[in-house]
Amino acid sequence: MQIYLPIAEMSVNIFILLGLGGGVGFLSGLFGVGGGFLMTPLLFFIGIPSPVAVATEANQIVASSISGVLAHFRRDNVDVKMGFVLMIGGVLGSTFGVWLFTYLKSLGQIDLVIKLSYVVFLSIIGFLMLIESLRSISKKKRDVKSKAHHHNWMHGLPFKMRFRKSRLYISALLPIFVGFVVGVLAAIMGVGGGFVMVPAMIYLLGMPTSVVVGTSLLQIIFVTANVTILQAVNNQTVDVVLAMLLMIGGVIGAQFGARFGSRLQGEHLRGLLALIVLIVCAKLSYDLINVPADLYSLGRSENH
Amino acid sequence: MKRFLFLFIVLSTVWAIKLSSPAQAGDITVNLSDPIVKITAGFSGTDLLIFGVVPSDGDVVIVVRGPIREEIVRKKDKVMGVWVNRDKMVLENVPSLYMTASNRSVDEFMPDGIAYTHQIGAEYIRIKPHKDYAHVKDWERFRHALIRNKVKQNLYKQESAPLVFLGNRLFRTKLHFPSNVSVGTFGIETYLIRKGKIAAFETTLLNVRKFGIEADIYNFAHRHSLAYGLLAIIVAGLAGWMANAAFRKA
Repeated sequence: MQIYLPIAEMSVNIFILLGLGGGVGFLSGLFGVGGGFLMTPLLFFIGIPSPVAVATEANQIVASSISGVLAHFRRDNVDVKMGFVLMIGGVLGSTFGVWLFTYLKSLGQIDLVIKLSYVVFLSIIGFLMLIESLRSISKKKRDVKSKAHHHNWMHGLPFKMRFRKSRLYISALLPIFVGFVVGVLAAIMGVGGGFVMVPAMIYLLGMPTSVVVGTSLLQIIFVTANVTILQAVNNQTVDVVLAMLLMIGGVIGAQFGARFGSRLQGEHLRGLLALIVLIVCAKLSYDLINVPADLYSLGRSENH
Repeated sequence: MKRFLFLFIVLSTVWAIKLSSPAQAGDITVNLSDPIVKITAGFSGTDLLIFGVVPSDGDVVIVVRGPIREEIVRKKDKVMGVWVNRDKMVLENVPSLYMTASNRSVDEFMPDGIAYTHQIGAEYIRIKPHKDYAHVKDWERFRHALIRNKVKQNLYKQESAPLVFLGNRLFRTKLHFPSNVSVGTFGIETYLIRKGKIAAFETTLLNVRKFGIEADIYNFAHRHSLAYGLLAIIVAGLAGWMANAAFRKA
């Protein structure tokens, strides 16, 4: 059954979209990740124009992160104050990101930048996860306790704030900076950015792991909402029909994934996710390096 | 069933023409199975029947042109191992869609002069560089690339679709409009070629429009983009909240 996507202006089989949403939703439930970094490249692969894929995926992530953050609020795992400060940076970063996106689109380089960012980030993260999980599988936990707080230059920064929930007294500039970087990524790559933010919160800010996921989800809601609005206003690339179909599949898939995930071991899960990430990354790099079928491509002119 | 319906339409059209317009004996009469191509939620391309009557013997060629616009063609080059868009050309007078239909191969009966003047055949479309790019010497390769890409997207056809005569004067043809067709007013030109000259000519218009919810969403997104963005977020928020509520119960 074909459905015509009004913004992407193409007709796609509805079951492919539900299947994609379900599949990525399953993986995100299984691994506890957002899934944007898998969904957006998959949308490229089925031929959705990359500006539409990125903007629409931001819209879908609003839904999945709201559903996630509600669960974390119930378990009291959200540092609202930290989330708010991150959000300031995130909104600034994503606004800058959408501006950059629009500018690169006018230069005809947006496709390249999106795909290169994916290749860079997916390969780094994929390899780090793979090494990490291989190490923990082979050594089965080698108790390494790093000191949570060693003093360095970061503690000399001004605008110190107390984050009671995270048991931190740090400069507000740090979370704003982290939020900003993640905001730019969200705008250009159509991801929530959890895969960058979670490590940054743990290793850079020194937040306790228990509140990291919930707090990052809170910030992701605002960042992706901001991206959705700005993309809708600047580029008219948010396809609500596509987003809805992906949401439906994603919600159902995530339920199954979460249940299935409880039966697998953490290290194996991470190893598996790393492999999937690397496969997607390999396919994207191949497309960038391989001689294109046609060196020439068309772009709609908007008074260039 | 479809066949009979079609025959009925054709015959009644012919009959109506004979009754109503004895004065225009030298004209071609053309009719479309639908004057509007509607892009709806289930749209996956559509076939358009074109049929009509010619006033005398000869060869018929039909040219369908989409709305004219500018198009950017970019060429990739290898930069540090990666294929990157480098050279760019803006071309003008590019129809968004271009198809022809004829009763036999066009070059068998069409003099080059007419094909050139009336832009019959994809190679004859008068695509030219935008004035800012007029100095580019080898711009023709961008034109070739444009046509090649349009053919690949099923928007241009280099081969004429078959057109059949039912009897002496009645003709019909079927053209396929792919799902990626753009909206706008399309011109359908019908030429009757006889002894190397245009014996008769007729232009018909076809509208390609988005319809129903598809049109509403598209227009809303373009005309009230801020409200559209806000609504998209509200929908996503509700979906997320509902998913969470359902998950908690289960």
